[in-house]
Amino acid sequence: MGYESLWQKLGLDLEAHEGLLNGLGKVYEQVFLAQKNRPQAMEYFDQVVGSIHGARVEELFKAKEESRLVVGTFCVFVPEEIVWAVNGICVGLCAGAEVGFEQAEELLPRNLCALIKAFFGFKLARVCPYVEICDFLVGETTCDGKKKAYEIFNSLKKTYVMHVPQKKDEESLKLWLNEVRRFKEEIERASGREISVAELKEAIELINRRREALNRLNELRRADPPPISGLDTLLINQIAFYDDPVRFTTKVNELCSELEERVKKGQGVCPKGTPRIIVSGCPMAIPNWKIPYIIESAGAVIVGEESCVGRRNTRNLVEVSSSTVDGLVENIANRYMGIDCAIFTPNVERAENLKEMVSELSAQGVVHYSLKFCDPYTIEVHHMDNAVSSLVPTLRIETDYSQEDMEQLRTRIEAFLELLK
Amino acid sequence: MIIVGIDIGSRSIKSVVLKDGVLEATTCIETTYEPKEQIRQLLSGLQYDCLVATGYGRYLVRDDFGAEVITEIKAHALGVRYFFPEARTILDIGGQDTKAIALSPEGTVVRFEMNDRCAAGTGRFLEVMARALGVEIAGLADLALASSEAAPISSLCTVFAESEVIGLISRGQRREIIAKGIILSIAKRSTALLKRVGLQAPVVFTGGVALNKALVETLERLLNLSLWVPREPQITGALGAALSVWNTRAGLGSRCSPRAANPEEP
Repeated sequence: MGYESLWQKLGLDLEAHEGLLNGLGKVYEQVFLAQKNRPQAMEYFDQVVGSIHGARVEELFKAKEESRLVVGTFCVFVPEEIVWAVNGICVGLCAGAEVGFEQAEELLPRNLCALIKAFFGFKLARVCPYVEICDFLVGETTCDGKKKAYEIFNSLKKTYVMHVPQKKDEESLKLWLNEVRRFKEEIERASGREISVAELKEAIELINRRREALNRLNELRRADPPPISGLDTLLINQIAFYDDPVRFTTKVNELCSELEERVKKGQGVCPKGTPRIIVSGCPMAIPNWKIPYIIESAGAVIVGEESCVGRRNTRNLVEVSSSTVDGLVENIANRYMGIDCAIFTPNVERAENLKEMVSELSAQGVVHYSLKFCDPYTIEVHHMDNAVSSLVPTLRIETDYSQEDMEQLRTRIEAFLELLK
Repeated sequence: MIIVGIDIGSRSIKSVVLKDGVLEATTCIETTYEPKEQIRQLLSGLQYDCLVATGYGRYLVRDDFGAEVITEIKAHALGVRYFFPEARTILDIGGQDTKAIALSPEGTVVRFEMNDRCAAGTGRFLEVMARALGVEIAGLADLALASSEAAPISSLCTVFAESEVIGLISRGQRREIIAKGIILSIAKRSTALLKRVGLQAPVVFTGGVALNKALVETLERLLNLSLWVPREPQITGALGAALSVWNTRAGLGSRCSPRAANPEEP
């Protein structure tokens, strides 16, 4: 430990923060450390969570002392390559737990998605060192809830908002390209440096490598039995948002090498023939592990996350084949426009992507997971279910961060798994 | 082979004794705030080879009494097909949840839907509404049957619906008309749930709420078909739990080994 002075400097509520970390530690033990047959290379990721608000925050602190820019985000739509290109740092922020909700509800309506309430809650309860250490946040218009909430959040912490269009036609792409250009200017202004071709290329390759490592990990889960649990893979995807990308990529690749050996030997995290599930829908920010925990402790294994904290974040890479900054910026804009977020209308790629995942991963069931009050994803379940319900059984779940519906959810998930037998 | 099936619901604990695949006896007692003690008393006089539990309290019975467990979805499917081998759809309304289950022609579960965590449209909802109208739960059905007119109840939430009912009372609306409105609101909700699983006849209605004749009549009218209701609609879950073991073990001479049956369970 020994991070208290750091947390104090960041203005955290030390008592509340300690309570949060203690609670998290207990849950982590129950949900992650109690799993059987975990790969050895998970040790690194366990350490990262073990020091979730410590080691990495200290690194960010040092980076700030070296005048590096630190930017906080909530969404896979923020083109982080641009931040890394100025030697800046991008971190995904805390939004996965029911923390500070009473305070959040003083500013926000009660009937609002838990993710939005959580990022307000973490800030208002002063328990997230990441949001405090950031120079500013970058929001985006990927749902009405976040869009309007950022207006309020801006008074708590400076928030720059990117306009994500809602259609995928030519005009929308132009709009988005302009947004990415403006974002680049903003980051250049904030960091006081102009981005060079070499720097932008390097940043693109840095993030591409991270996405490739995660894709390699996902590929390995095609095996029966899969060499790694869905919970562990989700955790790695969650950590991807705030860990140092070079170290993270190395560690994921080390893990993949171990998993390749496992697959060769036919070793898995569960017995061969364990029912294989894809979870599709809303993002799961740390420590939102409720649904995967119930699914895997009920005797199934998750082989894919059709989610922002999952395949939606890693699917496409940015092309590096351009020799101008503007050409590279265009490549970045193109890559991000390919994201199959439910904010787009229509969003036909998403159903195709889910179908592809079902067949590639030999999934036997799909669980549609929606956060309550998340209109885009909750409504889109209709199309997604039409796309896959003729292939495999499906289950719709709408929930939030509270634990009070655990038993009802357990009953539904167990009954769903009985269908697959 | 004697198998005891037990279904621990939010309001009542149901049990059956299944002897060589034939239903021998049933009981239904209140869950109370001490379910463990209730279960202990219920089991104290029974001799059995195997105990199988379902319902929200199933893990309690597994951990304390060494029962095997199955979910209530599968249990209801098995239990209903014991009485009605042709059943294709099940509506089960219990104390705190509502389920619609679609069965294949062979009787396996194809699809199911359950209400979310709130109690709207469940037995609990009826209890709250009956209390607001100053009658017992059975009296609510009698009131509703006595009216041809139904007051509009639009709220889906139990708490808000209760406020609506109180509002109607304060405006001088007749109890019979309000009762009919309450029944109609549950019936509409249940119909929507049934349609989501792809309703196919024959439809069997189970759970304690199936004893409500006014609701059965209203549902039949909305669905335009006749509902089949078992004589004891509460016990199909417990019966199905017992049958799950009988169907897989009958004739195999195997005994129960509950802990080994579910090694992955938390």
